[in-house]
Amino acid sequence: MAQHTNKRATTQSVTANRLIDGEVVYLTASGEWSDWLKDAAVADGKEACAALLDQAAPAVAAQHIVDPYLFEVSVEDGVIIPASVREKIRMAGPTIRLDLGKQAVSA
Amino acid sequence: MYRYDEFDTQLVSERVAQFTGQVARRLAGEITEDQFKPLRLMNGVYLQLHAYMLRVAVPYGTLSGKQMHMLAHIARTYDKGYGHFTTRQNIQYNWPALKDIPAILKDLASVEMHAIQTSGNCIRNVTSDQYAGAAAGEIDDPRIWSEIIRQWSTFHPEFTYLPRKFKIAVAGMHEDRAAIRFHDIGIEIVPGKDGKPAFDIYVGGGQGRTPMIAPQIGTAIPADDLITYLEATLRVYNMNGRRDNLYKSRIKILVHAIGADEMRRQVEEEFTRVKEKGALALPDAEIARIRAYFMPPAYETLDDNSPALDKAMADNKAFANWVKTNVSAHKQAGYAIANISLKPVGGVAGDASADQMDVIADLATAYSFDEMRITHEQNITFAHVKKDDLFALWQKLDEVGLGTSNLALITDHIVCPGLDYCALANARSIPISQQIAERFADLDRQHNIGELKIKISGCINACGHHHVGHIGILGVDKKGTEFYQISLGGSADEKASVGDIVGPAFTEEEIVDAIENIVETYLATRQADERFIDTYRRIGKEPFKEKLYATH
Repeated sequence: MAQHTNKRATTQSVTANRLIDGEVVYLTASGEWSDWLKDAAVADGKEACAALLDQAAPAVAAQHIVDPYLFEVSVEDGVIIPASVREKIRMAGPTIRLDLGKQAVSA
Repeated sequence: MYRYDEFDTQLVSERVAQFTGQVARRLAGEITEDQFKPLRLMNGVYLQLHAYMLRVAVPYGTLSGKQMHMLAHIARTYDKGYGHFTTRQNIQYNWPALKDIPAILKDLASVEMHAIQTSGNCIRNVTSDQYAGAAAGEIDDPRIWSEIIRQWSTFHPEFTYLPRKFKIAVAGMHEDRAAIRFHDIGIEIVPGKDGKPAFDIYVGGGQGRTPMIAPQIGTAIPADDLITYLEATLRVYNMNGRRDNLYKSRIKILVHAIGADEMRRQVEEEFTRVKEKGALALPDAEIARIRAYFMPPAYETLDDNSPALDKAMADNKAFANWVKTNVSAHKQAGYAIANISLKPVGGVAGDASADQMDVIADLATAYSFDEMRITHEQNITFAHVKKDDLFALWQKLDEVGLGTSNLALITDHIVCPGLDYCALANARSIPISQQIAERFADLDRQHNIGELKIKISGCINACGHHHVGHIGILGVDKKGTEFYQISLGGSADEKASVGDIVGPAFTEEEIVDAIENIVETYLATRQADERFIDTYRRIGKEPFKEKLYATH
């Protein structure tokens, strides 16, 4: 959703929800959609971020995903970390039910 | 309770077929998300943080055992083994797949349930008093009128594309357990002429960004005219409600802008016009037909005194505590109203597992004439339990974690799903509720504090009803960190009030201490048997504010 994109962010990834089951997914560098943030493409700078978001369009048209948007990340020691509490929760699952969501799936 | 006739059955099964087709066309790409979204919203399908969310309608909160078993089945089969009961007496599932929703709707239809009009800019689930048909002093059973309004409002072609959502609540007596003054239309049943019920109509209440108490627009509207009066009100709103600004689109904004007197005038003008041209008739025979579904159950003739109950209470302190808070008086001798708290310390407020739902279903069948009510405070009511049966009921509830003795106490919170689930939220709400509940877990302490309603929202949309909490907590986002703002003195009942913001917000680390500070101020200043809200009304905000921010 546009409201959750930080307009001043420079380092961003693209996320969406899968149409068929609502699962949170992330756009990879090869243009595919992964369930895991670690596979996400990271773009630096306004132009690169806009270009990355454009890459989401085919999946929308193909009924694969809905509502793609950019969100701020940082990369620390090769690990992609969402900047916002919202995206941290979205990446993992509800903080009060650690047995649910992606956090509950064994690696 | 109400049973579908052939019209209801046909209407719901056609809707299931229609939405099944719409989902298929969406998945095949024949309609876009922009085209599909309003359609899925009309069937209660949201897209939230982690997944879709399905909101199932529970008309005025009333369920049979069979229906509750189906809700458990759906949780188990299509979701992650639990459901969440809401402030509009509905149930929400947090993890359904879009592709499975047609099958879910078909299962629901098999037990006379659906997800129609639980979202979108239409008239939503009509909510009511969970003590309907059981409380002494009731003027008339509000479920009869809730059912009539439900039938009138379902698929009403004129009101399918309102400026915004529309919520109606009905109370059967002056004592208001349905928060009617905070609804778009709130209805209080009053004595009318010739022993028939009449209706006081409150219009323009709400919470959200701009909390407002509904002014009274209609007085003692006769039963025959109820639907016409509602129609006139909806028409005035449909014509004049704002469609240009999302934040000014509810009827409360219209009433506030033009004033209650002008609203009344416009409604009465439309009402008169409709009556002249030919109003929708609500014949006595039809009212009687609906009323027949809500006749009192086959009560046994009993002594009001129950030696078995008295003995059980004397022998078992935990049970006595449960009776003290969770059991209310019933108008029928020998019976009681039993409330099941869905707020165990350490749990998630309003959630029940599929296994718990199955137990609740069987217990309702065994002990309460096969009927239960979801309350807007996210608990469950068994309205007609024999006093003699209360101990056995409580033992079975306690076995599955449903025996918490905290109704209306400081650990009985209304909580929205918040940032743990909701795409609109700015902060998490459930963990705050859990931390507060843990701090006040000691039951003796809770009883000493007495009635204290805490209500927690994760954003300004106020789905957690924080504006009407005795203590309200609003989660906000300040530069990427969750903060919690406290308000005091709100009340959703017939002494309606919007809480006063007390001062700057607190961090997650500070909020529980802040609540404790407020409770201490109350305990130090209360007189006689004042509840928290009584003390607040007497002494106001300043003593609390002073103590709270003394070292802040």
